[in-house]
Amino acid sequence: MPAPARGHFEVLSLNQGNIVEKLSGGDMLIRALQDEGVDVIFGYPGGAVLHIYDALFKQNQIQHVLVRHEQAATHMADGYARATGRPGVVFVTSGPGATNAITGIATAYMDSIPMVVISGQVQSHLIGTDSFQETDMVGISRPVVKHSYLVKRAEDIPETIKKAFYIATSGRPGPVVVDIPKDITNPTDFFDYDYPEKVSLRSYSPATRGHTGQIKKAIKLLSEAERPMIYTGGGVIQGNASEQLTEMTKLLGFPITNTLMGLGAYPGTDPQFLGMLGMHGTFEANNAMHHCDLLLAIGARFDDRITNTVSKFCPYAKIVHVDIDPASVSKIVSADVPIVGPVDVVLDEMTKLLEPEVAKRSDKQKQMLKEWWEQIEGWRRQECLKVDREGVSDETIKPQEGVQAVFKATDGKAYVTSDVGQHQMFAALYYPFDEPRKWINSGGLGTMGFGLPAAMGVQMAFPDEQVVCITGEGSIQMNIQELSTCSQYGLPVKIINLNNQSLGMVKQWQDMQYEGRHSHSYMDSLPDFIALVESYGHVGFRVEKLSELDDTLKEAMSLKNRLVFVDILVDPKEHVYPMLVAPNGSMRDMWLKKGVRT
Amino acid sequence: MRRIISVLMENEAGALSRVIGLFAQRGYNIETLTVAPTEDETLSRLTLTTPAGDHEVEQITKQLNKLIEVVKLVDLTEGEHIEREMMLIKLKATGAQRAEVKRTSDIFRGQIIDVTQNAYTIQLTGTTDKLDAFLRAIPEASVMEVVRSGVSGISRGDKVLSS
Ligand SMILES: Cc1ncc(C[n+]2csc(CCOP(=O)(O)OP(=O)(O)O)c2C)c(N)n1
Ligand SMILES: [Mg+2]
Repeated sequence: MPAPARGHFEVLSLNQGNIVEKLSGGDMLIRALQDEGVDVIFGYPGGAVLHIYDALFKQNQIQHVLVRHEQAATHMADGYARATGRPGVVFVTSGPGATNAITGIATAYMDSIPMVVISGQVQSHLIGTDSFQETDMVGISRPVVKHSYLVKRAEDIPETIKKAFYIATSGRPGPVVVDIPKDITNPTDFFDYDYPEKVSLRSYSPATRGHTGQIKKAIKLLSEAERPMIYTGGGVIQGNASEQLTEMTKLLGFPITNTLMGLGAYPGTDPQFLGMLGMHGTFEANNAMHHCDLLLAIGARFDDRITNTVSKFCPYAKIVHVDIDPASVSKIVSADVPIVGPVDVVLDEMTKLLEPEVAKRSDKQKQMLKEWWEQIEGWRRQECLKVDREGVSDETIKPQEGVQAVFKATDGKAYVTSDVGQHQMFAALYYPFDEPRKWINSGGLGTMGFGLPAAMGVQMAFPDEQVVCITGEGSIQMNIQELSTCSQYGLPVKIINLNNQSLGMVKQWQDMQYEGRHSHSYMDSLPDFIALVESYGHVGFRVEKLSELDDTLKEAMSLKNRLVFVDILVDPKEHVYPMLVAPNGSMRDMWLKKGVRT
Repeated sequence: MRRIISVLMENEAGALSRVIGLFAQRGYNIETLTVAPTEDETLSRLTLTTPAGDHEVEQITKQLNKLIEVVKLVDLTEGEHIEREMMLIKLKATGAQRAEVKRTSDIFRGQIIDVTQNAYTIQLTGTTDKLDAFLRAIPEASVMEVVRSGVSGISRGDKVLSS
């Protein structure tokens, strides 16, 4: 018999000679989450989840974080999941609670993040009657979930929860919604509680290994390549395959690039790493992509922010694509050798087969690889990320320098979340990550407002780690109310506001494509951020001079137990470069600085 | 080309809306759709036709397969198969027209299943092409109402689609 949950109102009964617990629907839900190993839930109460919140109140195994807006709850759960690899869990009430959660669910969906969202629903007999706070949550979330359930009987709660976690975390992970009508959690009806150890679904069985024949074909191509290139995405991080990737890449001695979602999968400070690729990728990474004759794509999905014009993408390359999701393979760019399977298992198998191949490399092959690297070093000498300080005063802070200073102040070891905009790209380009799960950002949906709550989720998971949110004055205001949650739970997140007093990324596009017509890209009437954070009981610093940047950040990072908001006034005119030329450009067509292109 | 995709899925509330939603969300077309439980009442069989090229149909089948409730599916047009569609059609039939309508119906092996003074209701089964041909064969002005079931299909020979 499982240990009784603390404080539960329990009734025991006999079922086939075994003593079983009798629990209400609400208690069953909480018990199931405990049995699933959930340690924290991010949520917000309301009418439809009152029974559930009452069940939550009667226990102390699971911590609940009361947010200030349900969108933030989903981002916190998401940040928690990205940092730990464990599914994030959210509670929201019906109607507006559920709809507020949608942006965060969609954010997790686009980046394949495991999450279970439990939403309250109106009582079963009221469904479909336009009753108070009724919304069709299963319907409204359908395009942005991996799966969803509407629980129709309290008896089904344990198995549904087990299935929800299984689906959210297996295969290509993603968010799962469990919608529970209020009557199902009624505290006065009792049911046998039994949490299944395992579930299986006849219609769902993600691949457990790659096809050996396909892997052998890939090995052959990898052994014959003259200008090989490895390109990896978020799948390597979500698939916990960084170690395998690093081992294989070092064995091969090939150049490697990571997508925005894949940074940290391979050590960012290693010489084989060419930096990020894509729209704001480095000159060397994008050129190596364009010129390679073999592309090994792993856990990446050939997003349009990567490929630029698809018909001009990697014109000389044979493509090997490893991914857990068959639908990602040959979706945008057709693969010569598709391998469907979990990346860690596939890479392990590939490394084993590659060892003898590498050992017997001919001098000619070694020479080819050497020449390829020489070509790459030539691109590297362009120093595309060198900060251009031309035409600015000595004390002007460039946003890139803000990020570099954060790197220094944190020894490059922090968990870094970001929002969306120029600051996000600067963070990705100027803060190299040596470990997976340390760089946390919304790449697929590009959700402004993600950064702060995501950082809070990370901090909940790792209370003693340094967690930094690199944001912009536009994005931070999309979930700034969570400063209050940070006070309540004592979350010492460090917020670095690269304040360019504008929606910088929008402005950059307007500069480049709309002759500088800045239509609504200014942030007029910004608050006094320092006064604002102080009103929540936090610490605020403002930096306007380059000479004060390092010291201020050092001090901020030293305040271990305090949330510190560092408002850094940066050059408002700065653009992010390199930038792929669009439309009709290939990956080697880039803007390198204002008015200068390849 | 027109594909006939046959899907075996869990007979659960919400499963159908996921299939339809997927088509809407990803910009694929559905021309016809039929769905009903199978001999195993926990399963439904859904058949749909969609105009799609090779690349698109590959994506459609992969995306359908990703839906948790989809147990199995097949693109029937990839192999030898039998397809049938049923049409109920109400036609004006008065005076000399009555014999003419009956003759055309007979040629297409239709059955007259309801008769009034002014109208015949005909039931016709066959491929989509055959039903289209029948509609072309009768005077447009005589058509009062057309109801088509959408395509159902099954593969030829011993092959079956089962869980
Ligand atoms: C919720 C949401 N709305 C709109 C956008 C479009 N958008 C992308 S970047 C950006 C500007 C962001 O401004 P800020 O946070 O100040 O960052 P900056 O680019 O200035 O560094 C906007 C509006 C978005 N990504 N997310
Ligand atoms: Mg800004």
